[in-house]
Amino acid sequence: MKRRNFLELSALGFGGLMMPSIPVFGDIIAPERALEQVDPALKKRLADVALNAAKSKGASYADVRIGRYLQQYIFTREQQVQNIVNAESYGVGVRVLANGTWGFAATSDVTDKGIAKAAEQAVSIAKANAKLQKEPVQLAPVQSYGEVSWRTPLEKNAFEVPVGEKAELLLAANAKATENGANFVNSALFQVNEQKYFASTEGSYIDQDVHRIWPNFTVTAVDKATGKFRTRDALSSPMGMGYEYMIPKAAEKIKGPEGTGLVGYRNAYDILEDAALAAKQAKAKLTAKSVMAGKYDLVLDPNHLGLTIHESVGHATELDRVLGYEANYAGTSFATLDKWKGKNFKYGSDKVNIIADKTQKGSLGYVGWDDEGVKTKQWDLIKNGVLVNYSTIRDQAHIIGERASSGCCYADSWSSVQFLRMPNVSLAPGKEKKTVDQLISGIDRGIYIAGRGSYSIDQQRYNFQFGGQTFHEIKGGKIVGMLEDVAYQSNTQEFWNSCADMCDESDYRLFGTFFDGKGQPSQISAVSHGSATTRFNGVNVINTARKI
Amino acid sequence: MAILTREEAQAILKKALSFSKADECEITLTGNNGGNIRYAGNEVSTSGAEENLAMSVESRFGRRSGTATINEFDDKSLEKVVRRAEETARIAPESPEYIELLGPQKYITSKEYFDSTAKIDPAYRADAAEKSIEAAAAKDLEAAGFLEHYTSFMALMNSKGLFAYHPSTVIDFSVTTRTKDGTGSGYVTQDYSDASKLDTGKLSQIAATKAANSRNAKALEPGKYTVVLEPTAAADLLQIMFRSMDLRNAEEGRSFLSKAGGKTKLGEKLVDERVTVYSDPTNPDVPSAPFSGDGLPQEKITWIEKGVMKNMPNTRYWASLKGVKPVPRPGNFIMEGGDQSLEELIKGTQRGILVTRFWYIRSVDPQTLLNTGLTRDGTFYIENGKIMYPVKNFRFNESPVIMLNNLDALGKPQRISGNLIPPMRIRDFTFTSLSDAV
Repeated sequence: MKRRNFLELSALGFGGLMMPSIPVFGDIIAPERALEQVDPALKKRLADVALNAAKSKGASYADVRIGRYLQQYIFTREQQVQNIVNAESYGVGVRVLANGTWGFAATSDVTDKGIAKAAEQAVSIAKANAKLQKEPVQLAPVQSYGEVSWRTPLEKNAFEVPVGEKAELLLAANAKATENGANFVNSALFQVNEQKYFASTEGSYIDQDVHRIWPNFTVTAVDKATGKFRTRDALSSPMGMGYEYMIPKAAEKIKGPEGTGLVGYRNAYDILEDAALAAKQAKAKLTAKSVMAGKYDLVLDPNHLGLTIHESVGHATELDRVLGYEANYAGTSFATLDKWKGKNFKYGSDKVNIIADKTQKGSLGYVGWDDEGVKTKQWDLIKNGVLVNYSTIRDQAHIIGERASSGCCYADSWSSVQFLRMPNVSLAPGKEKKTVDQLISGIDRGIYIAGRGSYSIDQQRYNFQFGGQTFHEIKGGKIVGMLEDVAYQSNTQEFWNSCADMCDESDYRLFGTFFDGKGQPSQISAVSHGSATTRFNGVNVINTARKI
Repeated sequence: MAILTREEAQAILKKALSFSKADECEITLTGNNGGNIRYAGNEVSTSGAEENLAMSVESRFGRRSGTATINEFDDKSLEKVVRRAEETARIAPESPEYIELLGPQKYITSKEYFDSTAKIDPAYRADAAEKSIEAAAAKDLEAAGFLEHYTSFMALMNSKGLFAYHPSTVIDFSVTTRTKDGTGSGYVTQDYSDASKLDTGKLSQIAATKAANSRNAKALEPGKYTVVLEPTAAADLLQIMFRSMDLRNAEEGRSFLSKAGGKTKLGEKLVDERVTVYSDPTNPDVPSAPFSGDGLPQEKITWIEKGVMKNMPNTRYWASLKGVKPVPRPGNFIMEGGDQSLEELIKGTQRGILVTRFWYIRSVDPQTLLNTGLTRDGTFYIENGKIMYPVKNFRFNESPVIMLNNLDALGKPQRISGNLIPPMRIRDFTFTSLSDAV
């Protein structure tokens, strides 16, 4: 099996991305190899080797994932390409139930012999651990789908675009930032393709080809005289799309609030336009007014609100966390079973409708089937403010009386064991027609926040603190200027109950997180969160300026 | 076999290097063998093992460089990977940050490999988990824990005659024990190079005691408090500061070590004069590799001496541009402390908060290193030298730089994540809100 390598982003100058390192799986390959596919007939034959070997050793259930995971990451700074990572990881993971206990083993030896050996290992691990099992694992029923396939709907496979062309686009964005006053700019393009084949003893053979893309940058402005520096990150979103996301389209741009110059990007990004604005805003942040701490009405852009949804609703409604499986690392959840059973726990105001959806086009979590062969769907987590459901996988669904899993099982590699990962979790837009300027016009004292900044939440998802990329002061219904040193602190239930109003569907867009971490050993996952611009009343804002 | 001896690694590297036709070539060979076990609700949830041996070849033609990797080691494969690196190098753009490869170096020796860790098998892991679970179950608590271990080696050879080899082992354990009603939680973590020092049962008892004693926590008003930070908590915040030290970032004006007029804080007093931080690959408690990834020797180096910023890591490229000595990122950080135990630090505290660990720490402002996060799994109120009662968890907004300026007392350093960090008492630590999380 392969141990991950980690790219130290801080060493590449990506301080602003708030991620110390990102994993790179597998071997370095030539870019052209990413376009090759493994023959599904071969994968079916190999899958049967695993399933038969597991059954013959005494497994009551087995599934096998034959995975080819491709990554192409391009990193630049100013007018220089720093690093291009082309990596491929190919192997097989076998998961079995024997004596009522899970066992898992994986191998990069993709031959009949190697796969059979991994299946045997998985069975022997299951049998060894069975002595510590109190109750046998129960799997929710799943349909047998036979031989099926699914592919991310895309117009242009990003891996088909020459590396040089993509690097040129990043360098052009860097140039735009520099022209507009940036002292430094780091940019990156992350592209991922998961070619995964799932088969189980339930009779499904599922071939999927999943694509994701994320352009990003951090622009830095330095005032040498004072020694002050400020950054502004890209307002792009990672998407479950091809290279078409990188081609600007007027119809996919949503005008930001009057007086901010900001643009919301729906299904197409304009990296040159955003880089130019980012440089201007990073410079403006050097002299922006420092916020006065206190209560403000917040107007949160979808590109910011997505992370708040992710942390305070997405993770809190993962059933494995509710049940204590993640207690030693990510933690548990305040959204306990009694709150769900009561059917009257007011998670948020009546306006809050939170939807889980693994079938949303363009989203990072969109697949045909999850990593244990469950067909994906859409369902409600919070209805008119009330907690109504969780995200589940097959071995936990029965605990909340569900007959079927909601399809949230995922592994980040063939060598990782699949477990519960949150689906796309999104806030439904308002039904009443409303633009962002109309939303702001009703606010006397408020702050408009865009972009993903600092974020932190406790291990049960009560108390959180969020920053952002840009902060604009609202006075008398209008944006009056930029603010700095802003972070807001709240409690999940209090915050969602302060949700007062939101824009309509025409303002709705997806935010995404590309490297969400969970589990031990830690695995990553990519997931989207949609919303329209939303207003929250009377939220506690702190001033984060300090002197050292 | 993923773990090669010095001679085996040298032979493969020599063979691979013999295929090189590039101006310069550097080859890295790394191997590791590892295993893990995870449990929750007093049951094992997952368990696995992994093994990997991989080679990475960097070939250079002038300022052009290309890299290729492989995990097969017959002659044909070795030649293939070298050719692939050369093909990539020929089409790569010229690097403005090119710096020629290092020649032969002298390295100190550091013992980081222990048989006790290398020979761990699945039965050891199950036993370690069982001891931990038993300690929790004895107090009617639920344990969720994770144990992982690795045996690794790294070898490096280049066309300028450099050769380096270093084997190592590490075992890392952590457990959270919780009361069944979810009102109390306790945590402990410990890592060693030598697994024979690890006692998961004894450690789990510490976590269990904390969980049992943390039930019915009282709410205190947020504000500035004297805190006693256990080494785990202190390390969480200090590592952020250590990782942020970088000469290039400081000189580019985008670091907490930058200052007005385009200057840096090198040579200036940054924190309390009792703070001395250094690295030493030969320290027997926290041994680390005697060379960095690019072959630079790792030697004892002082970063902060009596509160004054003495050195910052910098790359060979930046060092040559600035005419200074390159300083590799170290394998460990050692902060000097005193003789006091944690208990003695608590005893000497009139009023304060004992913090077991912090959680979800994120940078708020890189300019001041202001970070936010929360206390977790064992937070207690101290009065007149005694732990009085458990308190609800706090969110903090604090900078490790400000924290080390508000230093009150240091205890005896302990190993945490490969570093040696003392427990410490800090004045005026800023808690900004309360959390209901247990």
